[in-house]
Amino acid sequence: MSTGPSPATAPASPFGRFVADAAADGRLVVQPRMGFGDPARMRHGLERTRFAAATTVGTLTLDSYTRLGDHAAVRRALRAGLPLNGYPLVDLPAGRTRRLLDGLLGPDFPVQVRHGSARPAAIVKAMTRAGLDATEGGPVSYCLPYGRTPLRESVDQWARACELLTRLVPAPRLPHLETFGGCLLGQLCPPALLVAVSVLEALFFTQHGIRSVSLSYAQQTHPGQDEDALLALRRLAARFLPAGTDWHLVLYTYMGVFPRTGPGARRLLEDSARLAVRTGVERLVVKTAAEAHRIPSVAENIGALESAGTAAELAAARLRDGRTPRCVPPADSEVHAEARALVEAVLDLSPDVGLALRTAFAHGLLDVPYCLHPDNAGRARSVVDASGRLRWSSVGAMPLTADGPPGGHEVMTSAGLLTALNSVALRYDR
Amino acid sequence: MVHSQHGLHVLVCGGASDAHTWNLVCLQLLLEEAGHRVTNLGPCVPEELLAQECLTHRPDAVVIGSVNGHGYQDGLRAVRRLRREPSLAAVPVALGGKLGVDGVRDAAAADALRAAGCTAVFDDGDLAAFHTWVGGLAGHSAPTRTTADLGVRAGATADLGARTRATAGAPTGGSRA
Ligand code: B12
Repeated sequence: MSTGPSPATAPASPFGRFVADAAADGRLVVQPRMGFGDPARMRHGLERTRFAAATTVGTLTLDSYTRLGDHAAVRRALRAGLPLNGYPLVDLPAGRTRRLLDGLLGPDFPVQVRHGSARPAAIVKAMTRAGLDATEGGPVSYCLPYGRTPLRESVDQWARACELLTRLVPAPRLPHLETFGGCLLGQLCPPALLVAVSVLEALFFTQHGIRSVSLSYAQQTHPGQDEDALLALRRLAARFLPAGTDWHLVLYTYMGVFPRTGPGARRLLEDSARLAVRTGVERLVVKTAAEAHRIPSVAENIGALESAGTAAELAAARLRDGRTPRCVPPADSEVHAEARALVEAVLDLSPDVGLALRTAFAHGLLDVPYCLHPDNAGRARSVVDASGRLRWSSVGAMPLTADGPPGGHEVMTSAGLLTALNSVALRYDR
Repeated sequence: MVHSQHGLHVLVCGGASDAHTWNLVCLQLLLEEAGHRVTNLGPCVPEELLAQECLTHRPDAVVIGSVNGHGYQDGLRAVRRLRREPSLAAVPVALGGKLGVDGVRDAAAADALRAAGCTAVFDDGDLAAFHTWVGGLAGHSAPTRTTADLGVRAGATADLGARTRATAGAPTGGSRA
């Protein structure tokens, strides 16, 4: 499996080291998106994750009030025993979270905090107080899809968060930071833009002192296009990340409207595991069979981890004995050419990646389709073509060419949009 | 697409903690296709901002979407705040989506929402029922649209309302307080 710079040359965070060791051993790391309001249930979830029959890392997914810094609402919910959609890390005493992690967190079981906050300082402080050093996000990807915070403020807040992480994680440990840029709104975004934002956010992190990063990409609508995207992501990361950075790729199982049936959900999950193995991706964040319906239980999370782990193991064995070919980077794919054009156009704007990102959005050089955020130009539009690939029906001011089939704007009726959003779910539920 | 002469001005937004926007985009398109005018405030609208925007825009109806699991809580905060403004005492307010975290409709929470002044609760996310409700507000009978017309194919709605916690007799969409 090809990886980022070898662990021997780049200093690794505990999280990065764990993933690099698994990759060197030919094992895909699988990770849940698990988060509960109740600390006892959260602890149970982490225990089960650690001892699941797969190579796992743990997750604390935080609730939406914490993400937005609405601590009054968190405390009200905790007092009244109202259900939260994640773990309220900031409003519980640090000792409570340390007890939750006691005997679980360690070099052989790293735990990552997943949130979705454009103002992450309080979260970074709380996680480092509890002994945690791995998290995810980014100035663009935790801003545009996640609320109303102006992009300018998110960029400043994320620069500060990176600096806090480097300061508050005690040596010799290093913090690890994953981009969420490969997901954005979860669906209907052509891969090149996802790849470009992921690369740019990783660059932003390294510019603010983070030396161990991962770059995300979320499975989209077509396996061939996804292969191209993941190979492009690796090529661009190798080209643009500074020497001495520890990095790996992380794939997210489909982040849009999920199949509603158990078998459909499981097939989509297993396809994502095989995609990860074929393309040499080191880590997979899974989705469960409950995705379309509600917050998954611990058991549903473990089921997803184990199905993905098994599918990955079988796929890896087939690769090793040559029954399936490994993906080799094509000379140049469309996704690579487009993503590279976007990254270069943005980097041309300023040597300061944060400023470059802000300017790029202000000029519409980056433009996320169907995103309502006021700092997004909102002129780009996408369609799913007859082959199932995502295409641009309109590129706005991005340095790309629209390649959508004619009549692509039909998607902008409620029925058309719902059909496009449900296309993957329908295919797998059939 | 049927344009009504009685088009309403509808204010659409997400719950205070809810970042999801695809549902808001769909609601906007649906309303516009029915001949209404939409102001879409986007996601994560705190109740204070919602009240200010309502006082500024004076909409004919307010539609709050929430799918992140905090809908019962965020919806209650929003409705209570709106009903504190004397001039907003009568504006119809609808809340819909996936309102809880466990995929189960909570009849008691829906009742509490209605008691606080929420005009209609679509906690099964039923767009066809919503369409009829808006048509009723506009003072004409809306052309009936089935879930199939709305692009939601079989299965897409199969999960909705499949499991209901003690909702015997508790109407969801379209019930007026
Ligand atoms: C895409 C997605 C995201 C994207 C959203 C990007 C964006 N800006 O929109 C991202 C990745 C950012 C995201 C983030 C989160 N998500 Co999310 N997300 C989804 C996903 C996969 C699809 C949602 C979607 O786009 N649907 C398409 C739209 C058109 O349909 P819809 O939203 O389901 O709404 C339909 C009906 O509910 C109804 N409806 C909706 N609103 C209204 C309003 C009215 C008045 C009416 C009548 C009807 C109605 O009509 C719609 C069309 O049928 C769903 C799971 C799924 N369905 O597969 C989870 C899901 C909604 N997310 C969920 C959660 C919890 C989160 C997070 C809190 C993270 C977490 N803890 O896991 C964060 C949100 C943070 C925050 N502050 O809120 C949960 C909610 C759990 C619950 N309610 O029980 C779900 C169900 C996943 C899960 N099983 O855990 N998410």
